[in-house]
Amino acid sequence: MTLSEVGSIVLLFVGTAFFAAGSVGVLRFPDVYTRLHALTKADNLGLGFIVLAVALRSGSFMVTAKLVLIWALVLVAGATASYLVAQAARASGIEPWRRP
Amino acid sequence: MADQVFTGFAVALLGTVIIGLIRVERGPSAADRMLAAQLFGTAGVGILLLLSVGLGMPSLRDVSLVFGLLSAMAAVAFVKRAWHRGTEARDGEARR
Repeated sequence: MTLSEVGSIVLLFVGTAFFAAGSVGVLRFPDVYTRLHALTKADNLGLGFIVLAVALRSGSFMVTAKLVLIWALVLVAGATASYLVAQAARASGIEPWRRP
Repeated sequence: MADQVFTGFAVALLGTVIIGLIRVERGPSAADRMLAAQLFGTAGVGILLLLSVGLGMPSLRDVSLVFGLLSAMAAVAFVKRAWHRGTEARDGEARR
């Protein structure tokens, strides 16, 4: 097991853990706005670590650059989508959750 | 050998985000269902990238790029069409 194989497996564990945390957050948080927070953790960090793991196994600079661009696209699209969804939710009157 | 581990992680990733389906079923507003769909979109990109290594098909990276673009467009289409400002948070009702 070379160092890059071990490293990519560790990164995969971390990435999958972030995705799991994001899914559990989407399930358990009390309202739309907090669920969006959980979603972006899965989006950005989970996918980032998975992209790192795949880039570690790829071995070519152009492939790594393409993978990082895919991640950047998901980042920007996720940020825009979160903002749109939150704004639309606010406009249709969903109040942020307060601790009861 | 380590490349086959990636396929196993792709299956594990699919298993973890399937919990998002519960939010799709429960979510009291349309925005909740949409953000669960966004979770599936991002997980789809991750699964495809993992499969591109695990199955040894480098073309799956380009497929993951298309999936990312599609999920972005889906979010914009949702906000534009399915969510009318000033209405209450019910989904599916298009009032024109």
